[in-house]
Amino acid sequence: MDYEIVIGLEIHSELDTNSKIFCGCSTTFGAEENTQTCPVCLGLPGTLPVLNKKVVEYAVRAGIAMDCKIANFSKLDRKNYFYPDLPKAYQISQFDLPICQRGDVEIEVGDYKKTIGITRIHIEEDAGKLIHDSGEGTLADNNRCGVPLIEIVTEPDMRSAAEARTFAEKIKSILEYTEVSDCKMQEGSLRFDVNLSVRKNGTKELGTRTEMKNLNSFRALERAVEAESRRQIFELERGNRIIQETRKWDDDNGESFSLRSKEEAHDYRYFPDPDLVPIVLENSYIKEIEDHLPKLPWVRKKDYMEKWNLSEYDADVLTVSKDTASFFEKTVEACGDPKSVVNWIMGDISAALNEQNISMKDVKFSPGDLGELIGLINKKAISVSIGKQVLKQMMETGESPSKIVEKSGLSQMNDEDELKKIVLTVLEKNPQSVEDLKNGKEKAIGFLVGQIMKETKGKANPQVVNKLIKDNI
Amino acid sequence: MERISTIHEINDLINKKEITYKEVTNAYIHRIESVEEKVQSLLKFMPEEALKKAEEADESGNTLSPLNGIPYGLKDNICTEGYETTCASKILYNFVPPYSAAVAENLNASGAILLGKTNMDEFAMGSSNENSSVKKTFNPWDISRVPGGSSGGSAASVAAEEVVFSLGSDTGGSIRQPASFCGVVGLKPTYGLVSRYGLIAFASSLDQIGPITKDVTDCAIVLNTIAGHDKRDSTSVSMEKKDYTTFLNREIKGMKIGIAREYFAEGLNSQVESLLKEAIKTYRDMGAEIVETSLPYSKYALSAYYIISSAEASSNLARYDGIRYGYRTEEFDNLLDLYKKTRSEGFGEEVKRRIMLGTYALSSGYYDAYYKKALQVRTLIKEDFDNAFKSCDVLLSPTCPTTAFKIGEKSANPLEMYLSDIYTVPVNIAGIPAISVPCGFDREGLPVGMQLTGRAFGENDILKAAYAFEQATDFHKKRAVI
Repeated sequence: MDYEIVIGLEIHSELDTNSKIFCGCSTTFGAEENTQTCPVCLGLPGTLPVLNKKVVEYAVRAGIAMDCKIANFSKLDRKNYFYPDLPKAYQISQFDLPICQRGDVEIEVGDYKKTIGITRIHIEEDAGKLIHDSGEGTLADNNRCGVPLIEIVTEPDMRSAAEARTFAEKIKSILEYTEVSDCKMQEGSLRFDVNLSVRKNGTKELGTRTEMKNLNSFRALERAVEAESRRQIFELERGNRIIQETRKWDDDNGESFSLRSKEEAHDYRYFPDPDLVPIVLENSYIKEIEDHLPKLPWVRKKDYMEKWNLSEYDADVLTVSKDTASFFEKTVEACGDPKSVVNWIMGDISAALNEQNISMKDVKFSPGDLGELIGLINKKAISVSIGKQVLKQMMETGESPSKIVEKSGLSQMNDEDELKKIVLTVLEKNPQSVEDLKNGKEKAIGFLVGQIMKETKGKANPQVVNKLIKDNI
Repeated sequence: MERISTIHEINDLINKKEITYKEVTNAYIHRIESVEEKVQSLLKFMPEEALKKAEEADESGNTLSPLNGIPYGLKDNICTEGYETTCASKILYNFVPPYSAAVAENLNASGAILLGKTNMDEFAMGSSNENSSVKKTFNPWDISRVPGGSSGGSAASVAAEEVVFSLGSDTGGSIRQPASFCGVVGLKPTYGLVSRYGLIAFASSLDQIGPITKDVTDCAIVLNTIAGHDKRDSTSVSMEKKDYTTFLNREIKGMKIGIAREYFAEGLNSQVESLLKEAIKTYRDMGAEIVETSLPYSKYALSAYYIISSAEASSNLARYDGIRYGYRTEEFDNLLDLYKKTRSEGFGEEVKRRIMLGTYALSSGYYDAYYKKALQVRTLIKEDFDNAFKSCDVLLSPTCPTTAFKIGEKSANPLEMYLSDIYTVPVNIAGIPAISVPCGFDREGLPVGMQLTGRAFGENDILKAAYAFEQATDFHKKRAVI
């Protein structure tokens, strides 16, 4: 291809604080319309905002995790525009002095690594939501007014849809690991705006860019980048110019359309909010947050490979989600057998999760339970195949493995005397197999073990059974 | 009842059991009934609620605070839970806040009795009360004249003895200028001393609530109740509470009183000037030291003020869009049409003028030339005052260049009206406190006000100086005859 695609992202993420950014209202998603509001977030005349300290802390955490410079002095500004979902007719945001600036995030795409520059991270309040399909005209739900957001703005450093997607996924993982956001995409906790331009390979100057707003899935992001870059190249090839504009992505039809041009763009008349005081952060405060930052995925990955000898692939898969990584670590702590834990999580558990379409967070049993199951197998109280049955029940009921084993009588039979009786009966019933075995047909032993397992409902210790067969033919 | 009119006088009579709270409230209700027709200072009058509270105060028999059982008025931009708070604007004609302002809560807790909400220039924008969308208020000293503004109703109601005291708000002189025109005491506290929670904003970085009273002692009493940290207002300052009444009766000998030469220059009415010169002499006679000083950047204050206050107002008033509460236009085609008609019909001329001025000043391409420049001037003006206070404790000046002007005299010329605030505006820009006290009467018998300005949180200094002057003179005792 003759063209290079240049992409920058603006990512909005809802912070996982209990209360809103400037008042004490709850941020819980999905409550009845307008029940999570108060005079402050409704912007009633005479009310004043008071900044939630947690919002500052969360933004600083995100900034540190993205290697940003944290500002000792930043301020809050008003972004003025009229819209019925914005009760004050201005959004409190940060304009020229954001809380975090100049960061770096490394991504790995296929076989190469690359660093994406973070221009800035700032805090702001969310707007409400308009409901158009109520049958009573347009109604406003103000529950979301004042829900805290951070906006992460990148440098135009990405060059493909794959890079954009990988970067977005990486940001999601960082925000989850640092417990800044729950990143529930279906609830709009993570939204992407794409700035995209194309230029002929080898050109230094950037082309004219367009902006696509509010993409709320990785798939939409990837598809929007592909479609928009194709569109721009097509236009340029036909000798047309790209118009600087905001476009809306229609994910159902896989195409975007023009929303407004640069000339129609709002003049937001930013100015410092006189109702709020500047945010002044001491270095000691920033250090304190840095010291208590939850471990980030790449740090955990390294740990897994070095401490527990995991393969890079295994370590990667386990650290994709924080829930999985934490579950893994706690299980290893409980049973001390990382290899087995990897096999269980990436094998049966992951299969079961996929089958039921749930995530690690929804698992009914604890890491301690899984550790116990592995312990039972390791000390040969049950066999691996019984273990698989036990896990199934654990997934269903959340009961502890020892309880399941006891209740269902699944303990492994290790007692030689007890097993000998069964072995002798089976040998007697299968003279042909015994004969085959005597004649050196080793395969026959498998059949005999199978018959014994059938008799014992799988509880017989296979090693003991093997020994007993050999001793008694 | 004929002679009493201050909080401290009422308290004396209550303590001597010569009068009941109910009698006090009743007296003020009767006064309103007899003079309100001429003064027109109230937008809302609540006699039943007030009497009920007064009876309760008599029954409980305790004296919670010096304000217990004292009838007062609140400017109608201060929110009162369950009662309309309209800013004298059509756009908020039916707005009933579900909360009270911090100051209203404080006064209520002290036992004071809200008797009415007072008229004002719409959204506190004006210097004459002629910008009220409801009605004009008249000056109790001469009802052909304006009471000043924007807290004109608050000042007129105190001067007419319809209430014992009132609260106003002061963004560029809106407490002090009407206090001066109405011959009463008006204090604009240091920015951050009194919570702005529940004050409907005009210009957030300049607005302060303050008392309007008959004398300086009352001013200190009311300030004691309304001052203090409020965690709902991020700009409210956390500091130890002072009892301002303890600063009143102190020795003034040796106090340094600064006179800025810029405040006694062109545009100052000669009668006002000569009364101020007499006031200076009074201080000198009491042993205060008079120091000449200078505020060179004050000539830019009015321009900077109109940029900053209008810019903030354009944003603060944007929420009145007809969507959620207040006035909404009858017919509209679409959302933009709803916004345009609602705001065109709901706001008065002066408010629209300032919204447009402020919107322009913040617009892309003009921000640096106007808003940013105004903020730079603001810094210079603050430095002016810092420098002046190196050589003096308080600054003495006229509150206004003139006495109360005639109704309609300046309404055709906004710029001339703006000049009425030339001495008061720099104080808001610097965020420092100032008080206006009566210092005499012109040949037509109209009151003249003297402004005493102090350092940030230097309310004790200006109250002390004002009290000493009051003790040495009788101007505050003269009453308007209506």
